[in-house]
Amino acid sequence: MQVLYFAWVRERIGVPREDVETSAVTVNDLVAELRAREERYEAAFADTSALRVALDQELAEFDAPLAGVREVAFFPPMTGG
Amino acid sequence: MIRVQDIPFDAGAELNSFSDRVAGAGAVVSFTGLVRDVSGGLSVMEIEHYPVMTEKALGKIRDDAMARWNLADALVIHRYGRLEAGEVIMMVATASRHRKHAFEAAEFLMDYLKSRAPFWKKEVTEDGAEWVASKDDDEDALKRW
Repeated sequence: MQVLYFAWVRERIGVPREDVETSAVTVNDLVAELRAREERYEAAFADTSALRVALDQELAEFDAPLAGVREVAFFPPMTGG
Repeated sequence: MIRVQDIPFDAGAELNSFSDRVAGAGAVVSFTGLVRDVSGGLSVMEIEHYPVMTEKALGKIRDDAMARWNLADALVIHRYGRLEAGEVIMMVATASRHRKHAFEAAEFLMDYLKSRAPFWKKEVTEDGAEWVASKDDDEDALKRW
């Protein structure tokens, strides 16, 4: 699946998007897999309460299932307006 | 109408053309957000967004406003990219036969835009660059709707 990062999450991880091969069942499982990869992921995902997640461009919760999802995006709380 | 763009726009001209389109509505309310010129010497604001989700989120917020209030039309324009102090970041405009509906819907659009539309602001000053943090107030503001 495509995993996208925005704002400081993108800066910490160092790429705006990447293709991730995963069998994670939920968003939390995917976060755990990413955190275990490298220090830069650990730095970005250290506190998920400071993050938001969208599944196929819709806001979701971290315990949401990933079945059928094509695009996951992680970002800080939004600051529009 | 929803527009997300990097190029500048003339909020006055947009408001006039919106008002022309909804002639007969009787009441038009608009809000325009500008890049603040802070004393610390803000030089530019960089706005990042999530294409596709931005349009979806703004469309839903607008649809919700149209369903909830008696509106003739609602307009949202939001910029992304690099903006100088004083430049227009975004505007909303609402039109209704009733002033109260136009005001409330405009406030609703603004409250939801702040914390449900995928934009992130970064302030770049002489001291460096910093992501603007969301405020608890922004989230609390949604509770009244």
